[in-house]
This record gives sequence, structure tokens and C-alpha cells, in this order.
Amino acid sequence: MAKPDHLQFFIDPGRCIGCQACVQACTECDTHRGTSMIHLEFIERGRSVQTVPVVCMHCEQPTCAEVCPADAIKRTGDGIVQSARKPRCIACGNCVLACPFGVPEVYEDRQIMMKCDMCYDRTSVGKKPMCATVCPSQALFFGTLEQIEQLRPRSAPLNRFRFGAQTITTRVHIMIPRGDAGRGDGLDVSGALQKHPGSRAPRTSQPGTVADRAVEQDPFEEISL
Amino acid sequence: MSGDGPEDDPRSPLDPLLDTPRREGLTGTAPADRYKPVADPELVTTPPDGRPMELQPAWRTDFPVDWPQDHYVERRDFMKFMILTSLAFAVGQAWIAAMSWLRRRRDRHPELRIARIDEVPVGGAIEFAYPEPHDACVLVRPREDLLIAYSQRCTHLSCAVRPQVDRGVFHCPCHEGRFDMETGRPLAGPPRRALSRIVLANRGGAIYAVGVEERTI
Repeated sequence: MAKPDHLQFFIDPGRCIGCQACVQACTECDTHRGTSMIHLEFIERGRSVQTVPVVCMHCEQPTCAEVCPADAIKRTGDGIVQSARKPRCIACGNCVLACPFGVPEVYEDRQIMMKCDMCYDRTSVGKKPMCATVCPSQALFFGTLEQIEQLRPRSAPLNRFRFGAQTITTRVHIMIPRGDAGRGDGLDVSGALQKHPGSRAPRTSQPGTVADRAVEQDPFEEISL
Repeated sequence: MSGDGPEDDPRSPLDPLLDTPRREGLTGTAPADRYKPVADPELVTTPPDGRPMELQPAWRTDFPVDWPQDHYVERRDFMKFMILTSLAFAVGQAWIAAMSWLRRRRDRHPELRIARIDEVPVGGAIEFAYPEPHDACVLVRPREDLLIAYSQRCTHLSCAVRPQVDRGVFHCPCHEGRFDMETGRPLAGPPRRALSRIVLANRGGAIYAVGVEERTI
């Protein structure tokens, strides 16, 4: 059995209300009872209440599997990057450092990396992942592309992300405003790492723009020793 | 869409049968190739630089990211494993045979003339050294027709055992160990193993020591 190809995972961070229902639902699962594989991240806690649920994005070229020295991270034919294989994982934490989305986590007490596998025990038999079944605001949505197009007419799915020179295509889609979709080559995440972003809206970069800005002035230049 | 609502209304009810397996599209009318797998399910992962697998370094085929490839064992690899394992077993057997042959050769000692039979008194004992000059042995004749020789080294802590032919035992004075004279087996005290027996041969009225028989019981 495998995850049906026509069912996809869509994350709409703008709809997340931070209710922790997905975290609780993930904790219930028997495959990792008591531990949540979904991370609910706060964005700029001091100035905003915005939260973002982070599940594994299931990359087409999984960086975690690329860097694993123990050959423990595998990808099944339906595009699901599985959690680390127990007999092989050496809990070195390379995947934790490498994943651009910050998904894997090493559990020191049991000496293994565990991460979201899109509830493979459920999706491989045609059910939805736990978090998508409980999300009250449908920030986590599991269904077909037509469904999401009909439910979110003003948003568009996006699954290409650029981290500097690395372009990552994922199986999990992020919903972005429709006006920003279709421009450029994926979402330039490095551009969002500026210290003071000009706009809160996600901006897809134009080809050929340099994302990072130089330091405008040296804070120590007036001090003469 | 069932047609009862305007098609551009994003809030029209969804098809309840939508999530059933092998159901494609919102109303089952979406083009099938839209949900065709983007790649061969056996080979879904492309290397980061996007080049085909033929141009990739060899370790990518040795350590594949895809689950099916990871579990795949080539027939040639399997046969190599079987042949090498069988070869290792055969070499091990030959090694064991060679070692036992060497041990048997090493344990062969030169013959040693001890005494003539009529020199050994019935109920008496004669001491000799075999196979080396420091290996003390004793030849006893408890009956007229019985000649036995043992190493004098007690199997407990290597004290010299003394024959007591009238009692039919060897006595070890260090810890009061006793051995049966006719079999060499321990009777009392700490020893658990029988005395080493010296193999004797009768060559024309003379007794020769021809070998040492180490025993465990």
C-alpha cells in the first residue's frame, strides 16, 4: 500500500490560529506515542501571534537523506521521506543540521532521529494524516488539487523553495496569495532572512536579484581606540 | 459539479465520494494524467544536481535514497556472498584438519626403554621419566599380569603422586587426593581428572614407553 498520488498535503500558514490541536493529535499516534512530530512555530513572538505548523515537506531531493552517514533515511516510491530506520540511525544529528525546514529532531534518550512521515500508517491505507483531520481552521489540508483550488480561490499552492543556491521541490505545498504565484522560480527563503524585511507578505524573487543586503554602516566606526 | 449551483461559486458543496481511493479529481472527470505519478515509483528521487544516474558518482547507487533500491540485492551480489561464505567454511575445515594433524604429530614422542618385565616386582613400582627428563612417571605392577604406567603429576596442582600398591591407589600428599591404580581415575580429594597414562609396549620381554595419553575423565 502507498499514499494515493492524487491526495496532497497543503499548508496554509495564514489560517493557523495556534490552537495546538495538530500537536495533540500527532502526540496520540501509536507509532510515536507521547511525542509530537509536528512543530508549531511562533513567528516573531514579541510582535505577532502568528504561528506556523511545520510538517515534513517530503522533498524531491531530501537533504536529510543526502547527508545521512548511516544510510538511515529512505524515501518510499510514493514520495514520502520516512523517519530514520531504527537499526541504522546513529543519532548523529546531521539531518537536524541539514534540513532547511528544521523538521528532523534527535531524541537523545532513545538515540534516534524521528520526524513526520505524513502519518504513513494512515495515508498508506487511504486515511488523512492526524493533524489534517483535526485542524479547525483547515490550515493543514489533505486532499486533491481541485479541492484546494475550490476551497481557496485566492491562494495558490507553491512547492519550490530557494535557499541560496539550492532549489528544493517538495511534495507538501504551501498556500501563498495567488497574486504572488507564478512569478519567479519558487519562494526565495534567503530573501526572508534579512534583518528587516520590507513587507510581511511572502515575496517570490525575480530572477537575477541578489537577496542579501550589505550592512549599511559599521556600528563601531565612531569608536576610536 | 452537479450543475445546481454556479460553477464559479467557490463554496458549492464538495463531492462526498471525493476521497475514495482511485477517485480522480473533484468530480471524477479530471484528466487522468494530472495524477499520474511524476516518476517511476521505484525511482522517485533525483540527485540534487538533476543529472541522470549514469553520470552520478558510484556511491549514489550503493547508498540509494529510494526504499525499493535500498532493499534490492543483485543476484550477482548474492552469489558472491554465497561463494565467499562457502569458501570461508571450506578453508576453516581445512584449517581444523591441518591443526589436528599437526597436534597429533607434535604429540608423538620417541620410544623409551623402561625395564625388563622380570625387573619389575609384583606389588612394586619403578620410576622413570617420559617423554622429557623432568616428566616424572611411575610404572606399577599390582598383579602378575598387569603393568600400568602413569604420569606422577597430580591433576589438581601437579604435586607428585605416590603409588600405594597394597591399597590399590595413588596418593597425593599435598591435598589428600587419591587415584584408582587400575584406571587412574580420581577417588577422593580435589582432583577431578584422571592421571595421564603412559602407553606401554612389550618388545621381547622389555617394557617400552611409546606415548602419552592425556585424559579428561
